[in-house]
This record gives sequence, structure tokens and C-alpha cells, in this order.
Amino acid sequence: MASLEINGQSIELDEEGYLVDLGSWTPEVGEALAKAEDVELTDEHWDIINFLREYYEEYQIAPAVRVLTKAVGKRLGKAKGNSKYLYSLFPYGPGKQACKYAGLPKPTGCV
Amino acid sequence: MAMLHIVNKSPFEKVTFDSCLGHASAGDSILMIEDAAVGAIDGTVFADKLKAAMADKSVYVLVGDLTARGLSEDRLIDGVKAVDYAGFVDLTVDNEKTQSWL
Amino acid sequence: MATKKFMFVNRKAPYGTVYALESLEVVLIAAAFDQDISLAFIDDGVYQITKGQDTTGIGQKNFSNAYKALGDYDISKMYVEKESLEERGLTPDDLMNLVWEDEDDDYKEKSSIILVNREEMAAVMAEQEVTLSF
Repeated sequence: MASLEINGQSIELDEEGYLVDLGSWTPEVGEALAKAEDVELTDEHWDIINFLREYYEEYQIAPAVRVLTKAVGKRLGKAKGNSKYLYSLFPYGPGKQACKYAGLPKPTGCV
Repeated sequence: MAMLHIVNKSPFEKVTFDSCLGHASAGDSILMIEDAAVGAIDGTVFADKLKAAMADKSVYVLVGDLTARGLSEDRLIDGVKAVDYAGFVDLTVDNEKTQSWL
Repeated sequence: MATKKFMFVNRKAPYGTVYALESLEVVLIAAAFDQDISLAFIDDGVYQITKGQDTTGIGQKNFSNAYKALGDYDISKMYVEKESLEERGLTPDDLMNLVWEDEDDDYKEKSSIILVNREEMAAVMAEQEVTLSF
């Protein structure tokens, strides 16, 4: 099984690089997961990551891209609530990639 | 659109079969498999319910499941049709939709 | 993609078996494919959407709040059978407030829960093109 070394601690990842134990997430873990894919997280990334974590806290599911887009638009404004903006931040797919850095499972129905 | 309802729970243990009968429409078919097969014979406390349903629905039983439980075809409620696996397949083809009552 | 009328029939209480959670997962997948989705809650399935679920005592994830997200997935038809509630000593007040936003009506929140009797439920089932039972 893959793992991520951070501050001397080993954090387990599944075969696709998502956290095995969602409770092991910290912002540092998020940074490290992004860095492993050569992504430097900006405030704009964090807006989405924090939003996803709040969404998961409330509903216990990682939202599909369509739902994420709509919800981000409502929360952060129309300029950010569109797939072009979200894909510019997370080119591998806002659902898959952002959820990974946020320490959430891969969204159900994400293709 | 006719539906094939597949039931696999004994009517003497679970409400599944009752629920199926309560939601099946006229013209639908009901296939009793696995433990549900025990509900297909006459003389049980369930028989009258099934006979009532047969007024406007067709009822089938998977014969292998019946005989596996020591029940022979001659004990079936009149009008219940015994089918084998090929008959099972035919039923799924003949009906536009199926619903498995788990 | 062609849209079909899908109905997910939920007949089991949550947590004791994996059916309820599996159904929810498949519902979310179907929603991602823009299908015309209805959910039916009959028999013990009505326990899936009771309010105030607390799973801390059983060490399982409480997934009941996920049903509240279904409105975001454009799922607005949750048929709940009156007889099933009554048999279990429940009333609609025992259920979560599940809503969807109507884009054509100034995003007004509307209830997704549609109470039907057994006969009406049978008619709704008969209208479907695909029925998945859990």
C-alpha cells in the first residue's frame, strides 16, 4: 500500500492516492498530497478544498462535479461557479483532484 | 408495461412477499424462487393471499427450488406454473421490466 | 444521453445491512448520468430517512445527511408510503426535511417528499422504465 511521509509520520493512501483514514487529514497533508502531483496550492485552491470539507462534514458525501460547480457558484460567486474556473485550478477534474487534497473519498459517480 | 416480480423470501418469515403482492399491478407476473418457493403450495396460511393475487396476475415457481425443499409439483396451488431455469429466462425476456424483491 | 425513468425502491432499514448505503451510492451514480430519478421508501425503507439518526453507539458512519444533498443532484421525487409509516408508528413529522430548489420558481425550496398510499405507489412503480430494488 502507498503511503505519504509527513513529519516522520506515515499516512496510508489507497491505490488511487486517496487517504485511507479520512481522519488523518491536516492542511499539511493536503499540501503534501498536492506536492506529490507537482501542484502548489494557492488561496484559490484552498477556497475549493475548504468548501469541499464543509460540504462533506454536512452531507457525508463528496459532491459530483456538477453539484460542486453549482454550490461553489452559490457560495463564492458566479465567476468561480463554472467548470472552466474549477478545471483551471484542478486540471485532473475538480471532483477527483480537489477531493483528494481535501482528504475526502473519490466522489461517487465520478468518471 | 408488464413487470416480472421476483421474490426469494419465504412468506412465512418476511413481509417481502406481502409487499410485492401489494405493489404488483394487474397483468404483471410473479416468480417465486429460493425460499419463496415454499409459498407456492396449497393448504398454507399464505395460499389464499396468493390465490387472490392470481385473479389478475400470473404466478410462477422455480421448480428446482420447490423440490429442493421436499415439495412436489402436485402440491402447487392450481394455476401456479412450475418453470425451470430456461423458463426463468423466458419470463425475463417476455416482460419489459423486472423487479427483484430482496 | 437518453434519459430513462429510474426508480430506486428502498425496503430495508439502514445500518443492519448494507442495502440502504448501496442504494444511495447507485442513486448518486445514476444522478451523475442525468437520469429521471425517483426514490421509493416502503416497508423498513422508511427508517432510512427518519430524522435525528445518531450512529455514535454503533461505530458506523451516519449517512442520513446525504439524503439532504439529493436535491442538489436534481432528485426531487421521494415517494414515501403512508401504510409503511403507519405500520411502524411513524408520521411524516418523523422524517427529515428533504427539499430541492425549483430553478423555474426563483429557486424556492420545495419538499421532495411525496406521501402516497400503497395503491398510488404501485401506480408510480408501474410507470417506471427501470426499477432497482434494495
